[in-house]
Order: sequence, then C-alpha cells, then structure tokens
Amino acid sequence: MADTPRLELIGITKAYPGVIANNNVSLKIMPGEIHALLGENGAGKSTLVKFIYGVQKADAGRVLWEGQEVQIASPNAARKLGVGMVFQHFSLFDAMTVEENIALGISPELTKGDLSGRIREVSLQYGLPLDPSRYVHTLSVGERQRIEVVRCLLQDPRLLIMDEPTSVLTPQEVDELFKTLRRLSEEGVSILYISHKLEEIKSLCHTATIMRMGEVVAECTPENETARSMAEMMMGADLVSPERTGRKVDGAIKLELRDLNVVSTHQHGTDLKDINLTVRAGEVLGVAGIAGNGQRELMEVLTGEVSCENPTAVLVDGIAAGRMDPNERRAAGVGLVPEERLGHGAVPDMSLWENAFLSAATRMNLTKNGFIQVAASTEFAEKVVEEFRVKTPGVTHFATSLSGGNLQKFIVGREIMQGPGVIVVLQPTWGVDAGSAAAIRQALINMAAEGAAVLAVSQDLEELFEISDRIAVICEGRMSEARLAENVTVEEIGLLMAGIGLEGEPAHAG
Amino acid sequence: MLVRLEQRPEASKSMIYVSPLIAVVLTVLTAMVMFALLGVDPVKAIETFFIEPVSSLDGLAELLVKATPLVLIGVGLSLGFQANVWNIGAEGQLVIGALAGGGLALAFFDQQSIFLVPAMLVCGVLGGMAWAAIPAWLKTRYNTNEILTSLMLTYVGLLVLSYLVHGPWKDPQGMNFPESRLFHDSALLPILIDETRLNVGALIALFVVVLGWILISRHIIGFQIKVIGMAPMAASFAGFKEKRLIWLTLLISGGCAGLAGVIELSGAIGQIVPSISPGYGFTAIIVAFLGRLHPVGVLFAGLLMALTYLGGDSAQITMNLPNAVTGVFQGMLLFFLLASDVLIKYRVRFGAPKINTEAAE
Repeated sequence: MADTPRLELIGITKAYPGVIANNNVSLKIMPGEIHALLGENGAGKSTLVKFIYGVQKADAGRVLWEGQEVQIASPNAARKLGVGMVFQHFSLFDAMTVEENIALGISPELTKGDLSGRIREVSLQYGLPLDPSRYVHTLSVGERQRIEVVRCLLQDPRLLIMDEPTSVLTPQEVDELFKTLRRLSEEGVSILYISHKLEEIKSLCHTATIMRMGEVVAECTPENETARSMAEMMMGADLVSPERTGRKVDGAIKLELRDLNVVSTHQHGTDLKDINLTVRAGEVLGVAGIAGNGQRELMEVLTGEVSCENPTAVLVDGIAAGRMDPNERRAAGVGLVPEERLGHGAVPDMSLWENAFLSAATRMNLTKNGFIQVAASTEFAEKVVEEFRVKTPGVTHFATSLSGGNLQKFIVGREIMQGPGVIVVLQPTWGVDAGSAAAIRQALINMAAEGAAVLAVSQDLEELFEISDRIAVICEGRMSEARLAENVTVEEIGLLMAGIGLEGEPAHAG
Repeated sequence: MLVRLEQRPEASKSMIYVSPLIAVVLTVLTAMVMFALLGVDPVKAIETFFIEPVSSLDGLAELLVKATPLVLIGVGLSLGFQANVWNIGAEGQLVIGALAGGGLALAFFDQQSIFLVPAMLVCGVLGGMAWAAIPAWLKTRYNTNEILTSLMLTYVGLLVLSYLVHGPWKDPQGMNFPESRLFHDSALLPILIDETRLNVGALIALFVVVLGWILISRHIIGFQIKVIGMAPMAASFAGFKEKRLIWLTLLISGGCAGLAGVIELSGAIGQIVPSISPGYGFTAIIVAFLGRLHPVGVLFAGLLMALTYLGGDSAQITMNLPNAVTGVFQGMLLFFLLASDVLIKYRVRFGAPKINTEAAE
C-alpha cells in the first residue's frame, strides 16, 4: 500500500437546523483498503457519504484526494475523480433492460461501442453474473444490486462506496458480494463500507471508523474487536442481551393462518400462496425473508387492512377473523405494529396522546358516546411513555419530534399496554438505535413469557435468532414450515430465503 | 443581503394564526397601490371599502347577513378539506338546497303554519345533501374526482334554477319577470333587529360553528377526518372507513350549503330569483382556508369576506369603481394567504447560513 491516502477528510462539519449531522469528522482511506463506517441510525454516516459523493455540501472542512485538495461539487465531479457509489435504494427502471439501465447511469462516452460486451466482461471478471438483455423487473433484489455494482465498476472507480449493501441479500449472496469486494480491494480499489452489521464488518473490513451523534468516537481494526465491543463503541453504552426464561412451544393456539391465499393489491407486489402457520401462547414465532417476498401483504392481511375472501383463513383464538377490520381484530385481542412508523403506525403531525388514542380507542375504552376521552387518553399515553422509557418532553408533542427509536418504543408500547393476546410486529427494530432495539426485543420476549403469542416478521436474522422460539421463512409469497430456532442454522434459513428447498420452487440464480 | 428560507425544525404554531393577518395586511397594501394606479385616492378607497360599510347599524346587520352563508358553507367545507375531500361545488348545493326549501314555500303559499320555516330549513339541508351525494356516490363507486364532478354539478344546479324561475315556478302575477311569487310571512325567517335584514339565520350559523368545533376537536368523527387527511395509511391501520368518511364529509358540506341557500332565500331575499347567491359557494372555499379549516377561524374569515362584498358595493356606488374590485380583493387574499403559509414551515433568514453548535438527539 502506498503512503498517500486515497481519500482524506479533515474536519468535516455539516449542520442542519437544530441538528449537527457531522461535527469535525476526519477520515483516511488508504488505497486498497476496505474501510467500515459504523454507527447507529442518525449517527451521521449518510450525511458524510453524501458529502463524499458530491450530493451535499459541507459547511466546513477539507477533502484531499490522493494528496491533492479538491472540491466535490456534484456526483458528476465525484465520478470524474473516481468515486463510485452503490446506494441502499436502487435507482433502476423496472421496464428497461440491464444494459439500458446501466447506459442511463454512466457518462455518455462510456455507452459508445459494445456496452453489453463490456458488461459481460466486467460481470465475469468479478463474479457478478448478469445478462445485459434481461428486463429489470424479472430480476431478484440481489441481481439488481449487481447492476448497480457493475455500473460503478464500468467507470473504473478508485473508491467504491457501499451503503448498507447486505440488507437486501441472503447470507449466500452476501458471501458472493464479499468475494467481489475482496477482489477489488486486492486490485487497489478502496472501499468505504457502511453498515451496522458487526459480524460482516469483522469478516470483511480492514479498518473501521465508528461514529456517534455526528462525531468520530473511535477507530479500530475490526479483526481485533468483538461484535460486542464494537456495538458498545457505537452506542456509547453497555449492550444488554435480552434475557429469557426458557422456550415454550406447547401453549394453546392463539393465531392461525389456514390455506391463506391473497392477491397483492400493490403494483409489482407478491401474492400470498397457501400459507399455513400457527402461533401459540407463550412463544415468539419469527418470520424471516428478503424484503418484497410478501411480508407487506402478510401484514396487511393480519392487520385487516386487506380482508380475506375466506373468513377462516385467519383465526384468532379459533374465531374466524379473515373478514374482521382492524378495529374488530383489536377488539378480538390482536396488537399490531406496522413497518412504517411515520404515516402508518403513527400520524406524524399529531400529538402522542392522539396517536395513543389512534389504535387504543377500542380496547382501552377511550371514547364515550363517540367523544374522545382526552384525560383517559393522555393518561394512557403517559403510561406508555413511562413504562417504555420513551424520551419526550410530554405527550402533547408531535410524533415527528421523536427519534426513530423512541417513536418505535412508543408504538410497540402502545400495543403491548393494551394487553393483547396476540401481537403481530413487522420489522420490530428497523432503523432503530441499538439501545431502543434491545428494549423492544426484550419487551416482545416478556410478552410471550406472560402468555401472549408473538409473531415477528423481520429481515434481520440476528434479531430473529435472538428472540424467536420458532422460525419460518417467507419467500415469493410462500411460507416454509416453522422450525425450532435451536435446531436450525443461519445457513439453512438463508437457503430458504433464497427459495431453495421449498417445494416446487426453483432456486434463485446465485 | 442574502435572504433565505430555512426549514423550521417543527411547524410554527403561532404562524398558523399570524399568517392570515399578514395576508390581510399585504392585500390592503397591494390594493392601495392598485387604487393609486387607477387614479383613486388610496386612503379614501380603503376607507370606503372597509370602514364605510360597517359604520351604521344597518351596515353591520348587512355584514352579518352576508357572512351567514359564507360561515355556514365554510364550516362544512373545512371538515371535508381536512379529510382531503375537495367539494368545490357548494354553490350548486346551495342553489339546490334553496330550491328544495323555496319549493316547499311555494307549494304552501296559501297556508299559514309555524312549521313551514323549520320544514323549509330541513328541505334545504336535504336538497344540498342530495346534490352532494352525487359526487360522493361517483367517487366511492367509480373513483371519480370529486373536484370535477362537484364543480360541474354546480352549473347543472344553476340551470335547474334558471329553468324553474323562467318556467314552472314563475309568478303568475309577475308580469312575466323570471321570479317566483313572494313568500308570505310564515315562510320567512324571523327578523332579529327591526328595519334590517338580520335574521335568525345568523344564529343558526353561529350554532353550526359551535357544533363544527365540537365535532372536529372532541368527537371521534372529527378525529377520523383529521387522521385520514394527514396520514391515510394510519387511518386504514386504525380501521377508519375511508368511503364512509367521504360520504359523511360530502353530505355535511352539502347540507351546510343547502341550509345556507334556504336561509338566504327565506331570510334575505323572500322569493326565488334567477341569482340567489353572488358566488357564496366559491367564496366559502377562500373562507375555509383563510379560517385555517377551523370552525372558529371560519367565523372570522366569513366576516372579513362578507366585508369585501359590502365594500365592493360601496366602492361601486360612491367611487364609481367596477364591481370586479370585490373579486380582486378575494383573489389577492387567497393568493397572499397561500404565500404566507410558507412561513409556517419555514422561516426567513438573512445572511449566510450559520452553524448551529448544539447537537440534537
């Protein structure tokens, strides 16, 4: 490795009204180095990366590219320097082919000549199999990500930025991606790898910069650290693993799905096919799966936002609930936590007590002759805030004023405090800081211990293994049989997530 | 100097109320410039427009008579607007409501009864509701856009009125003028102050304001209306029925408009004429927004807008200004209001961005 860093940031500061996103951040990335940028949500990782890629301007600070001071004014300027970026959310057109999509995202001079030949060449060279003439809508998420990677590689980047690349991949796909990244690193390409998945960083990255609340709090060599020690640096506090009292999987059946078939109401959605599932009192059933395999549709059917044709496809305590609307389900004892916090689980511009009233009105008797019982609603909201340690100045404040983790604690708390016999949670800790995530997981485990049936749908395998008694996998709208968590490995779940091992289902490419 | 808009961390609550005042001030200032350009003394024009009409008891009574339909319709519309149900056809609902109530008065033109006025009011409400039910049905059944259907039905309603006063409902002793018979006394709303046109309708409007206020701030229906407007997904998560709310808000706003129509007819006009309303149904849209979609705000906004009608009349009479001045005033008010509303979420900053040194979260 040469001595001049590929990229050096000195004293980067960026402030938004009321928030300092980056405070005096400095960072050095050497040629060929895989450098992890680690931090909780809201730690300032994205802001820093946007700055490197020229999407946003910093208020103060200098940037050196191979020893030369430069100004990165736009993504175009960044690409000219040799910075490539793979975003967490892809910007691809479904109705176009791989080649057309790539042509749209690179500089015009690169599109001349035999582009599809070069795509094939690059994809072979780096183990990223990709057919340039395929239409994007026929590709899996992992394959779509390859398009983005290949698009970057075609431009011969010197620094590749990857923003949470593995959140949409199966464990096997992650392995493939890592092979490619290691190979690039050997060729001298620097990689800035953003993630909060600590095991990945340990296995892949040479160095790590850890950010907390807009500042760099530590630099370390991941190899010499444990996942736990890095998590603690990230949080600035000791990590508490959830405690549990022993698994119980023989309680009464509280929630049952029986031959559930639902046609998706979304464009490019996934239909649910022949789903059978039982959740018993006292257990946490985890449902794993890659995003977009029917989780959203499953949740809509469980909340009652979409009703089933067959009323007995969903049974709550043995009672046909397929046609019940969300309120009737709540009355029947179901607690529901949707994925999206703002706008779905809570109304952003309403106060916390109104948001408590939103879902608790029925079960907690918060209305009288159709009138809102403000005092009772406020009291209930205050109880949730206290019990779940939601950080807020008071329940009259808007839901938007809370951080993601605090709002999620409030929403999960709001459901749990209603004392439901069944609770269904989609992505319980998606985008939530580690401290809040631990609290939410513990709360779910405690609920099960007190005799409720908990159904948790999540993309985070670590989380599912931590909280679940049994784990099932959803893939292309089909549900695998649920297995005892202690009898199943991450690899087996990974294969199921990729659609391998399900009856009559072809394996995904890769 | 550099002037920037900077996003506020949280929407400003005080600006919600200050913004309409800014809009009023800007409207008056711009109007003065306009008057000066027209060659009229701006100060005198403003005085004629805003002060003169309300400097007598009769003028004040007239202000309340004009404000009554605006407030009634404004309250109804504001409920729908909060739920993102855009009823633009209040004018048509007003006319059909007026015809339903007025038709009853004509049907019993030779009978005295204390029940006639209440029955007319009920018919007015039902008439307005029926007219609003058409867009509601089309929207919930065929997902048509209620902005278009309700607006188009306004013109149908106006033609129905025109047909009736030129044809079947024309006064047989009316020398062929396109007007109905005069209503007799028991079809007229009681007058509150002698020698003026101020009638019980104003009290009814006030009552509707209170009712609307209670509904939106304390009742589950008001809560559902707000949630569906702010976060439709959260509404469906909570189990609120969107179609039911579309029906409900359209029926409420249609009913209010119909009530306004029959009050105008039986309180202020006293017979069915080809032009029942000088565009109250459309002006009420501005009233609703100027009043921040809140019933109490609508009350004040309705009074202000009523003043622009009176001011337009008096400017026309004493200063020879065109009647279009009223429309210009109303348009400017809405324009400046929408512009000032930027200040709710943003604040104006001078100079270069300053770095905030306190970290959040």
